[in-house]
Formats: sequence, C-alpha cells, structure tokens
Amino acid sequence: MSTDPSVAISPVDERSGPMVRFEKVMKSYGSLVVLNDLDLEVARGEKVAIIGPSGSGKTTVLRMLMTLERIDRGMIFVDGEPLTSMNRNGELVASDAKHLRRMRGKIGMVFQHFNLFPHMSALKNCMEAPCTVLGLSKMEAEARGRELLSMVGLGDKLFHYPSQLSGGQQQRVAIARALAMRPKVMLFDEVTSALDPELVGEVLNVIRKIAAELDVTMLMVTHQMGFAKEFADRVCFFYGGRICEQGPPEKIFVSPENERTRQFLRACLEAT
Amino acid sequence: MAHRPLVVCAILAFTAGLVIASFAGFREFLPGLLEGALVTIEITVGGSVLAVICAFVAALSKMYGAWPVRGLAVIYIEVFRGTSALVQLFWLFFVLPRFGITLEPLTVAILALGLNVGAYGAEVVRGAVSAVPRGQWEATVALNMSRFQALRRIVLPQALVPMIPPWGNLFIELLKTTALVSLITISDLAFKAQEMNATTYRTVEIFSIVLVFYLAIAVLITVAMRSLEWFAARGLARGPAQ
Repeated sequence: MSTDPSVAISPVDERSGPMVRFEKVMKSYGSLVVLNDLDLEVARGEKVAIIGPSGSGKTTVLRMLMTLERIDRGMIFVDGEPLTSMNRNGELVASDAKHLRRMRGKIGMVFQHFNLFPHMSALKNCMEAPCTVLGLSKMEAEARGRELLSMVGLGDKLFHYPSQLSGGQQQRVAIARALAMRPKVMLFDEVTSALDPELVGEVLNVIRKIAAELDVTMLMVTHQMGFAKEFADRVCFFYGGRICEQGPPEKIFVSPENERTRQFLRACLEAT
Repeated sequence: MAHRPLVVCAILAFTAGLVIASFAGFREFLPGLLEGALVTIEITVGGSVLAVICAFVAALSKMYGAWPVRGLAVIYIEVFRGTSALVQLFWLFFVLPRFGITLEPLTVAILALGLNVGAYGAEVVRGAVSAVPRGQWEATVALNMSRFQALRRIVLPQALVPMIPPWGNLFIELLKTTALVSLITISDLAFKAQEMNATTYRTVEIFSIVLVFYLAIAVLITVAMRSLEWFAARGLARGPAQ
C-alpha cells in the first residue's frame, strides 16, 4: 500500500477530533480516476448523506473506510488514528493485519445486497462475529442478537434463514448484524437500492431509529433524496471523485449553489 | 427421496450378480471374488479419505498460502494430474525402495490413488470456494473476521454442497483406478479375477461377475453422495440470500 510521504500525520485528540478524516485521498482504476484528492471530515455522531451521479466515487469512499479497497495516495483517519498506515517508531508504514483488524473494529458496514450468511438463521448471523471475533460467550452473543433483532422489528424471525425473509427483512438483519459489533462508525451503502419500493420504508425507519437511539457516526450513500433531507446533518454532493458541494440538507436541496448539483437534483426529481 | 431409483438399481445389480453366480454354478468363484472386492473397497475408502484431505490442503494452500506453500501446492497438483496413475503407483512401489523407503503394497496403493485423485479434487475445491460470492467475503471483512475465521465459518460451509457431485465422480474414478493395484501384487477384485481366469479359463462368467461388482460399488458411492448432498443442502438451508 503506497502512502504519500509528503502528507504528515497531524496528531488528533481522540476525544474531540473528527471521527473520520480523508486527507487528499486518491484512487484510480487504471486511467479512471475515482477519487481525486478527496478531503472529507465527519464529526463524532454526525450523520452524513453522500449523494451524486453513478461513478462519482460515493461507494468507493465507504469501501475505503471499510478497507475493502486500497487507496493510492493520501491518508484516512478514523477516531484519530491512521487507517491504512500506522506509526512504527515514528515512521509511517503500511498497516499490518493486526492494526487493520483493530481499526476495522470501529467500523460497521451494511451493503446494498445485504450479504447475509445464507447458511445461518437471522440470530446466528448476528451472533457469529461477536462470538468468533469479540470472544463473547454464546449466551452473551445471543442476548445481544435478540435485543438488536427486536430493535429492528424482527424479534419474531430469529430462527428464519435469509431465504425465508423478504428483502427488507434481510436488510434489517444485516443492520442488526453490523450493530452487534458495536461500531463507532456505521456505513450504509445504498441499502435500499436492491429493495422493492414498498420495502424501502421499513429499512429507513430502522435507520431513523438507530440515529435517534444510538450514539454512532453515520455515513450513508443514498438515492433516497427525501430521506437524506430529513435524516442527515450534512449532505455531500459528489461529482468526478470530489465533493462538489456540501452543506446542511436545507441548503443543498433548497438552494444549491453549484450548477452540477442543481442538474443532478433536477434529474432526480424528474425520475420520481 | 430422489435417489430411490438408484437404491433399487444397486439392489438389482447385487441380486442379478448373485443369481447369475448361483444358477450358473459359479458358487466356487464367489468367495474369492468377494475377498478381492473387500480389498478394492478398502483401497477405495482409504484413497478417498486421503484424496479429500490432500485436495483441501492443496487447494487452500494454492489460494491463500504464502508463496513457497503455494508453489508446493501447484507442483503437487500439476505433477499428480499430469502423470499417469500407473506410473505413480510403480514409482512409489519400485523406485522409493531404491531410496531406502519401502512401504506395504496396500499403503502404496492408498497413497498413490489418494494423491492422484486429491490433485483433481484440489481443483474441485478451488472452484467451489471461488464460486462463493465476493459479497460473503466482504461481509466477513466488515464484521472484522480473520481470513481463517471467514473461510472456516462462512465460505467453506457454503462451498461444500456444490462440490459434492464432482467429488462423487472422483470417488468412482478412484474405484475404477484401483484395478491398477493388481499390478503391484495386491489381491484386489481385478487381481482375483485374473488369477481365477488363469486357472479355470471361465472368462465370461468371472469377468461378468467382476463387472457387476464394480458397478454395484459405484452405484453405492453415487447413492451415498446423493444422500450427503441432500442432507448438506438441507442443513445449510441454502437459498437466494445474495
């Protein structure tokens, strides 16, 4: 993993600094530049909605935070610590497996296609990682799983397998499964895009509930403009691998300054 | 159950064999051939167990091992797939003693056939593991599982069901290849048949019974694998979860 040596690590107070910080992050696939010197800061407990046309790098931001993609250049900090590189004797080196796993423990992710484990019941899906990764006893993990599944409204589907659940229910299990790891940052990657329209509401309601009840920083890539408007503290409009415009939802959705933002929102409006 | 016709086939094959044998007055051949069949079954079972172990170790080493381990796995797979089973058998039986390693013929038979079929099996395992959707791996990363935990708890259980039918093929292939071990002094079914044929010249009867024996064992393997697939699929409750 290459790290730009010109970017110095600025010490950040773990308590008060931003929860997530991208510094001049570059990412390209061959000649296609996906992220272009991206700078982004997300405060603790902040809820950020990421919107933008397809190919603008929205999902890549989340996948990089989850360490599913490598970065070409720049730095990402989570909870004040560098994510893809680490400090060894004052020198910045690429993260080893141990550091990556410690950092991943702070982050949870929900995917567009749920990615539930098909050979496990809803409850087992939620218990697996707490048992194997956090070392919880079966009883503790089960209690946690039951509590979270009730929270997402699936207390009566504990022993159902993913194939026996609707898309909306599967996505709610996936949210509970991610929360079972008690992450500080939750990433939602187009979590309603694969759902039938009538199932979108139940998933969004769960996300509202998490936002209200849990102290967790949230980054959400979404095409649900109405939801982004109501839910987010800040909306970032991505275009060409950069943040083209950002601000509180009232500003972005009501009086966007940038012409591209206006075009995008107009196109979204026409599509609905 | 779906494999009922196969069970019927197996029973019919056995009965037919026995009827032919008794009515035509072949009782004299049966004890000897059954003895040989037991040796054949022994080598088939032993070879299959070894093949499964070799296949998993080789496939996972090739996919996830550090480069020296990966290199060894590739060499093993290519050498044992790319050379004749008969030559491998002879090599272990006649060449190894030249280096001071002498093994029992039965050990050589199980070792040679297990290693040979294991090399083919490695590709079966690799294919099935690769076919598990990438999203499953990504979910394990998002849940902070290690690669080993992901493989053991999430990926391999899902890869097992689709690899059962090709393993059935390989086990039957292994059964048929056991006929070669008669060439390294083992009294298996084929060896017994040749022996009896040489003394009685009743070729038609002897080799007909042997044919039915091999067929019956192969059908048994098929039935066993179908049942295993059925139970595994039910246990895993596989479904369109994406």
